Amino acid sequence: MPLKPQKRTGLVFFPAFDWAISPCHPEREERLLYTQDQVFEEGLLDFDNIREYKPGIATAEDINRAHICVPDAGSVVTESHLISAGGAITAAEKVLSGEVDNAFALVRPPGHHAMLVVHGARGFCNVNIEAIMIEYIRHHYGPKRIAVVDTDCHHGDGTQDIYWNDPDTLCISIHQDGRTLYPGTGFRDEFGGPNALGATVNIPLPPQTSDVGFLMVLDRVILPILDAFKPDLIVNSAGQDNHYTDPITNMRFSAQGYALLNERLAPDICVLEGGYSIEKALPYVNVGIILAMAGLDYSHVREPDYDPLSLRQSPDITRAIEEEARAVMGLWRERHEMKRRVVGANRYMKRKKFIYYDTDGISERQEETVRVCDDCGGLVMIESVADTGNSVFAVILPGRCCPECRNDGELFFERTNRGKHIRVYFQDRERGVFLVK
Amino acid sequence: MILGIDVGGTHTDAVLIDHLRVLKKAKALTNPENLLSSLLEVTTELVDEATIDQLERVVLSTTISTNAIVQHKVDPVGIMAVSGPGLPPALLQIDSNTHILSGYLNHRGIEIATIDQEEASRIASRFRSEGIRNVGIIGKFSTRNPKQELELREIVRKLDHDPLQHVSLGHRMSGRLNFPRRIATAYLNEAIFRPYQRFVTQVLRFVHTRKITIPIYILKADGGTFDIAQSVEYPVQTILSGPAASIMGILATTGCGSDAIALDIGGTTTDIALFAAGVPLFEAFGVTIEGHRTLIRGLRTKSIGVGGDSVVRVREGRIFIGPEREGVAAACGGPFPTPTDAMIVLGMTVIGDAEKAAASLTPIAAALNCPVVEAARAIFDETCRKIAGHVRAVLDETNNRPVYTIHEMLEGKKLNPRTLYVVGGPAGPLAPELGRLLDCEAHIPIHAEVANAIGAALARTTAEMTLLADTERRTLTIAEEGFQTPIPPDFTMEDAIRIGREKLREKVLGMGAVEVEPEIEVVEAQEFNMVRDYHTSGKNIRVKVQVKPGCIADLRRGDVLCR
Repeated sequence: MPLKPQKRTGLVFFPAFDWAISPCHPEREERLLYTQDQVFEEGLLDFDNIREYKPGIATAEDINRAHICVPDAGSVVTESHLISAGGAITAAEKVLSGEVDNAFALVRPPGHHAMLVVHGARGFCNVNIEAIMIEYIRHHYGPKRIAVVDTDCHHGDGTQDIYWNDPDTLCISIHQDGRTLYPGTGFRDEFGGPNALGATVNIPLPPQTSDVGFLMVLDRVILPILDAFKPDLIVNSAGQDNHYTDPITNMRFSAQGYALLNERLAPDICVLEGGYSIEKALPYVNVGIILAMAGLDYSHVREPDYDPLSLRQSPDITRAIEEEARAVMGLWRERHEMKRRVVGANRYMKRKKFIYYDTDGISERQEETVRVCDDCGGLVMIESVADTGNSVFAVILPGRCCPECRNDGELFFERTNRGKHIRVYFQDRERGVFLVK
Repeated sequence: MILGIDVGGTHTDAVLIDHLRVLKKAKALTNPENLLSSLLEVTTELVDEATIDQLERVVLSTTISTNAIVQHKVDPVGIMAVSGPGLPPALLQIDSNTHILSGYLNHRGIEIATIDQEEASRIASRFRSEGIRNVGIIGKFSTRNPKQELELREIVRKLDHDPLQHVSLGHRMSGRLNFPRRIATAYLNEAIFRPYQRFVTQVLRFVHTRKITIPIYILKADGGTFDIAQSVEYPVQTILSGPAASIMGILATTGCGSDAIALDIGGTTTDIALFAAGVPLFEAFGVTIEGHRTLIRGLRTKSIGVGGDSVVRVREGRIFIGPEREGVAAACGGPFPTPTDAMIVLGMTVIGDAEKAAASLTPIAAALNCPVVEAARAIFDETCRKIAGHVRAVLDETNNRPVYTIHEMLEGKKLNPRTLYVVGGPAGPLAPELGRLLDCEAHIPIHAEVANAIGAALARTTAEMTLLADTERRTLTIAEEGFQTPIPPDFTMEDAIRIGREKLREKVLGMGAVEVEPEIEVVEAQEFNMVRDYHTSGKNIRVKVQVKPGCIADLRRGDVLCR
């Protein structure tokens, strides 16, 4: 194998050995135990170009840049979430300060199912650790074009929701087809809000997709779109539940595949998401990803029962993926023309959402209104009612907000009274202002 | 009476201690070609026919292992490493005698692939034909299950009945996880096995001729002792015991019970060490020697290139101290100005020729465009600033060490030393200013010039032990003891701690501990429910116990040595 250039890789490892959703839940203390064993035993922390960092602790201010928490940030998170989000922030800090070339936040609990408005936990997630990190980066290092590539087996619906109207954040999610897996979304036609069409890209994959299929999507869809988007930073929401041994999904991805994907994608920051094959997959997948990020030889990393022949995908699956990739790219090429068709003569666009919080058993009805705008992501207003009895209203200004959207937004917030809502929020992503009344 | 001897790189120091009193001290130049002669010299000076019968113990701290490694006077070692998948073999090579063998255990110690008998025999014969008598056998995750290492040892033994052959097994080196370090540790243990064994034989012969029958101990890198006879099997434990001796000496002479900084300022370097509530800190994974990262538990010291004899230079109007040393201070006939010369000019110390010191500073003063005394002051200040800066960096690094639980994260105790101990030649002049810069009360311990020998004399026997109970596999493993036993499915954390305490007590008593009830503490106790298919299939219990470094019973509870 030819020598690869080594990179300085930061590792924020926080297994939270004293936190679980419940004793037998997949998201429990034991989850990263064997990964830690493997990382220690392989001696990865002894490499001069791999440095381990202690996670920071995120604050309510950090959360309020990315979320509308009901009634407030303190009520929806525990210390574990603050440390896990803080870990992602530490990883970003080390990359942006130039201390390392890339970084991996190997933390739990995960976050990519947490949406803009948070009434409780869904899909094992309370707050979105990538979004908290991204807004932290923008607040401290200025506006940046950021691409999130979500390689978790479940659709990254939370990250998609938070950046639905943001043309400066590209959210690409590859996942097992929503017709066969939680959360049941992430289809090709989910393509971003009216001012951010094509900044959300979904590539659902059929069950039993193997290494070949994932890498095909990477080469034919993800890399070309990234090339065109020209992000300042690439973030990988590195879920590991596409693995062939994962107990709650149906894919056939391997440690070699994950390592190869990360080598080609070359993310600046990786953040661990799901992955529940804690003994048979995580130790190997994580070692593979770390070695690939650090530019070290990962060709000898392999699961004990790895058998490439038995993991081959059928020609039918290959054809289906080829077709999906073609269709997604076709749609994406038309993204600019699409706006006129979608928007028509409307000045404001509305979408209604029903959100179920499976972990906490809460139902929420939401109406999102966005101002049609050619100069920025557009002013967003959200009315949200949950069956907890909590009803809220929020005004959100995008990062890089145009004067008109700002003017309208400030006016709406000023004129909206609490009335039937328990809170009215104002989130200014451009200036980092968060107001509540 | 206790005799403590530290055979250092330059000097051999010795003290005779009786009931918390230093009765006698001795210092001799170390003869690197014959360490035993230096040992004899100081011993003869301190112990005569009258006192020899009153000796209760002798403790030696020796550089024999360190020197052999640093000077590359080591034996070739054949390494048989069972790696399985993971890091590429190229990254595991020590030298051309490293062989990667088939076989594979996973992280729970379950055998995934068996070893290949023929392959192992072939490699063992090759060692034999090449005259390699020292062999290290190391498996990935062998601390979880030593089976494959033991099988390989049988193959090597069957093939070669040579009594000169010696084998080190990876799992006996340490209970910690880190395969490359396990390889390096077993390698070093074999590489210095013979030179160390020769040294011990000489010492024991000498002791025998003097009819000394009391226990003889050797100091380890962690500042603890073990019986000399035991040390023969694990010579690698004795590497880097020199800095440990100094730290233990500071502990013994000060009774330090708080967070503190300890500095040993020599001619070439300054060694920085930290105490947390009076306990010296360990290196996180193990000590490093000559680029070999090991699993050897050792006291954490950071050596920086600033000392009394460091070369002083001026570049672009700025003063630079060290890191080189080109000889003694100019006042003593050295070629360059040094911090010592500055301290002489400032009247802080009286050594050598004050005029030569001042003359050496003249070019510095010219470059800085100031009087010589002012230049001396600037050099002194920069020396202190540089040392203080490194101390702060070490503190920061220690306080930012990763933790793995929310509890540790939130309760995370930070070191906040308010006490500074300084030993070494320039300790007197430098201590007050260093104390001011570090916001600490500065102390110079008594008998500072033989702190290392005192440390050796009074160190207690230390050990650690790692237990892993897997109730699903129904096995309890203490890898480094080669101990594995079946356990019932209802085995608990309390059971593991109880067994850990018993086994560790047995171990330290076997190593020569003088206390009947050694102070054992539980360093780690974690329990994980192993859930498979949504029900609990077992528990994974991890316990680590230790006897931490400290002084023998006489000196506990804050007693300190008196004059």
